[in-house]
Amino acid sequence: MAAEKKADLVLLDFWVSPFGQRCRIAMAEKGLDFEYREEDLANKSDLLLRSNPVHKKIPVLLHAGRPVCESLVILSYLDEAFPDTPQLLPPLSAAGAGAADAAYARARARFWADYIDKKLYDCGSRLWKLKGEPQAQARAEMVEILRTLEAELGDRDFFGGGGGRLGFVDVALVPFTSWFYSYERYGGFSVEEACPKLAAWARRCGEIDSVAKHLHSPEKVYDFIGVLKKKYGIE
Amino acid sequence: MAGGGELKLLGVWSSPYAIRVRVVLNLKSLPYEYVEEDLADKSALLLASNPVNKTVPVLLHGGRPVNESQVIVQYLDEAWPDRPPVLPSDPYERAVARFWAAYVDDKVGPAWLGIVFRSKTEEERAAAVAQAVAALETLEEAFKECSRGKPFFGGDGIGFVDVVLGCYLGWFTAINKLIGRRLIDPARTPALAAWEERFRASEAAKGVVPDDADKMLEFRLILLGVSASKAK
Repeated sequence: MAAEKKADLVLLDFWVSPFGQRCRIAMAEKGLDFEYREEDLANKSDLLLRSNPVHKKIPVLLHAGRPVCESLVILSYLDEAFPDTPQLLPPLSAAGAGAADAAYARARARFWADYIDKKLYDCGSRLWKLKGEPQAQARAEMVEILRTLEAELGDRDFFGGGGGRLGFVDVALVPFTSWFYSYERYGGFSVEEACPKLAAWARRCGEIDSVAKHLHSPEKVYDFIGVLKKKYGIE
Repeated sequence: MAGGGELKLLGVWSSPYAIRVRVVLNLKSLPYEYVEEDLADKSALLLASNPVNKTVPVLLHGGRPVNESQVIVQYLDEAWPDRPPVLPSDPYERAVARFWAAYVDDKVGPAWLGIVFRSKTEEERAAAVAQAVAALETLEEAFKECSRGKPFFGGDGIGFVDVVLGCYLGWFTAINKLIGRRLIDPARTPALAAWEERFRASEAAKGVVPDDADKMLEFRLILLGVSASKAK
């Protein structure tokens, strides 16, 4: 494991955000030292509002003061700005012959990270916000999403691809593993039963230092959702 | 041609996402076989190549499928490193380009769908138009920052954000006719209005960015399942 490097990195974040956790885990995997700043989303800092005026959202990575926004954009940026650190995406080979193969592996990783972004958080939110038939529909969709991801994983230990064990897709997905417990309780299903290989992948990731350090316990996430529901007046 | 074989693109002539890939293939002078899909009767090849989303565009390179238009564009940059790149080389500039590309598809995309296909009332359509205009006003500022006085978001030449936004221009022409005014209003978004002319006139856009508003509006009606006599 590389010694932590000083690189003038500040992450504006919110403790339970899976999007922020992606960035924390990526920097940990790369051995990059960073300053973590917790934002109060009810009272956003001037720095956050100045750094992400378009969306006013976390996470925002500031590198030597310059903001990078959108978690997957941040992950790509970390690979490209720090090429000597373990890469999340499979590296492009120098010679022309391998270019298409390497590019294909990268395209595949980007596709699945985009799939996770489009489907997972939104479906999960519907699980704990809705009741009755719409909730049942969200549960069916969630099982479908998780099974689709499990099929992509196949018999591999990790989605992998980069220089370390955790690749682009692993880092994009792993923060959601602490939400599985909440999905199960609200959805009335079991991840272990519905997709045992994905459940095994989640356990395997949990044993990796960078993941263990930056994810919160499933119970804590469940309590957080409870607080959110009260706040929005959802029974 | 890079190692890996022939290129085939499954698309629909009016799909901004397919148009996007075709513009980039033009920019890179990459020959390809184009296959027009019928969304009401999708080919077995499409369904097998994109089982998750079952949608166009799909790029097949030597038979291997690449899906999602922004992913395809980056693939084309990376698989042909000797051709003109669409993304800049500096990591920070790439992050800025990706940010704005994500913004376009998150904001302009749904507004376009709302205006053209999903609004059922005048009010809904007006709301979708307002969303598009608001996004375009933000993009006016983004254009000024990214272009730094040059003709395109990408600078001297067409870049990533240019193709991501430019692929919607065919539908903008049709929308202009539908709503009776220009979506990219030269009074409100002058830099973007000038950019629109330049993009449409470019070699890369020729033949792939539609300019026949009537044809697109007819296509719209077919998709909506409404006959011309009942059209609004």
